[in-house]
Amino acid sequence: MKYLLLLIPCVVALWVPLFNSVGPELFGIPFFYWFQLLLVPVSALAIFAADRMGKA
Amino acid sequence: MFEHLNVVAASVFVFFFALVTILGFLASRWKAADLGHIAEWGLGGRQFGPWITWFLLGGDLYTAYTVIAIPAVVYSIGAYGFFAVPYTILIYPFLYLTMPRLWAVSRKHGYMTAGDFVLGRYGNRGLELAIALTGILATMPYIALQLVGLEKVISALGIKGQGAMAHAPITIAFVILALYTYKSGLRAPAMIAFVKDTMIYIFIVAAIVIIPYELGGFGAIFAAAQKAFDAKIAAGAAATPPVKVTAGLTLAPTQVAPYITLAIGSAMALFMYPHAMTSTLAASSGRAIRFNAIALPAYSFVLGLIALLGMMALAAGINVAPPATDAVPQLVLWAFPDWFAGFCFAAIALGALVPAAVMSIGAANTFTRNIWKPFVHPEMTPREESVVAKLVSLIVKVGALLVIFFMPTQFALDLQLLGGVWMVQIFPAMILGLFTRWFSGSALLIGWAAGMIVGTSLAWGEKAWTPLHALKWDVPLLGNFDLGFSAYNGLTSVIVNFVVAAALSLILRPRARDETSPGDYTDSGPALASAVFGEVTL
Repeated sequence: MKYLLLLIPCVVALWVPLFNSVGPELFGIPFFYWFQLLLVPVSALAIFAADRMGKA
Repeated sequence: MFEHLNVVAASVFVFFFALVTILGFLASRWKAADLGHIAEWGLGGRQFGPWITWFLLGGDLYTAYTVIAIPAVVYSIGAYGFFAVPYTILIYPFLYLTMPRLWAVSRKHGYMTAGDFVLGRYGNRGLELAIALTGILATMPYIALQLVGLEKVISALGIKGQGAMAHAPITIAFVILALYTYKSGLRAPAMIAFVKDTMIYIFIVAAIVIIPYELGGFGAIFAAAQKAFDAKIAAGAAATPPVKVTAGLTLAPTQVAPYITLAIGSAMALFMYPHAMTSTLAASSGRAIRFNAIALPAYSFVLGLIALLGMMALAAGINVAPPATDAVPQLVLWAFPDWFAGFCFAAIALGALVPAAVMSIGAANTFTRNIWKPFVHPEMTPREESVVAKLVSLIVKVGALLVIFFMPTQFALDLQLLGGVWMVQIFPAMILGLFTRWFSGSALLIGWAAGMIVGTSLAWGEKAWTPLHALKWDVPLLGNFDLGFSAYNGLTSVIVNFVVAAALSLILRPRARDETSPGDYTDSGPALASAVFGEVTL
């Protein structure tokens, strides 16, 4: 589970067809850009969660 | 030389430059220690806690060249330049899983470089030398590119020298940098990184709020960028002979595989660079590194925002010639009052100095420990090592200056591109080595050589070096292979490297002594237990 948490954001980040589109836009920003930007903090949270699990 | 000088911007710029110069010299007294010892000069005594490491690694990895080049690609062709975001997403899970292990084993055995670790693990001098040379070779053009970034912002201030004076400003800046790096070692960039990173954050937050406001919002920015790309495509089609331009707000089908492979290959290469390894090994604990795997993505987010500056430059109607490295400086001049433009340029300039300092220290440590010591003067004391490393840090910077003086900028760009392809070739030896000793040193050395040759020859183009290559081969007797897409040469060649190393490891079983033991790689409980109870087999 710990390693899965580390792996998932990487797989999503590389799954380009998933987000290679203009819509839906957010504040005028095409999906391609805001989705990848959003993925950055999500990936950090995933590493954080994995780190917590490692200690438990 | 100063006819077009922007006095206000230049004054602010000079103020910040002077401030960090003082900091750079004062840094020698920070966490006071004997800087005559190489581990103190070259690794800051391995005592940087989580926050200092955050500033240092962030300041070191997200360079001035990134701030200039990534938006330049976005300005030129759009979505493709955004590969920097998935690239930096991949880095941190990797950092989290691998670098605490490297840190722990390095602390235990006093390793300071990739070459040190490889020698200890595989007992193979040839492999150590290969890894050291790769690091130095790839770092030199990277330092030269920091100079390109520095020169861009200085010329945007309106300082443009003629003839022999053309490079005078960056020469002065670099001599000052060289002197305080010589004196303070890694402490200097660590301290300056606080100022640099804070300034970059202020610059980006201001840019991301003010510029869209001036341009009528993100919707208007992206619409204008779309128009600019359409115009470029139309202009390309109308040219004689017609040029096919691939640019847009999303990736064209042919760009998808390059986008993915470039992100993977670049992520694999990043922590192999001597400067990344130096900043990582300077941390005070494995915990400090893990903390940074969680906290460093803040910089990646900022990098994504920086990339968007390319779109804003298009929407602002900034018109610069390829490779568009003037897009960001011109956008800053267009959008901000002079004093704040000077602030932003100073931020970018410091973004060149911090990595340049760490890179020269990383290269100097590598040269001293893995080339000079084993091949010239095996009986060196840490004190003598420090003397050589300090001198080499000067020589490396002079070398980078000479590259800028005597070679076209394109040469440094090409070499940097190749540098990434070369750097990733040490990945199998380093990273597999952190987890297993199944591979043999000589097999990894041959794999490295295969990867270097394949990577360099794939990049060889008729007119210029190219980062990508179509995956199709005409193999005699076996027929044609065509995977139908192009991939980043770094990734293609490191796969060759890995396959060769794995196949040869089946034949050439490792015989040399491994001075590390499994417990050395963990920094929590087990290491302590084995320190207390002796070696426990795991």
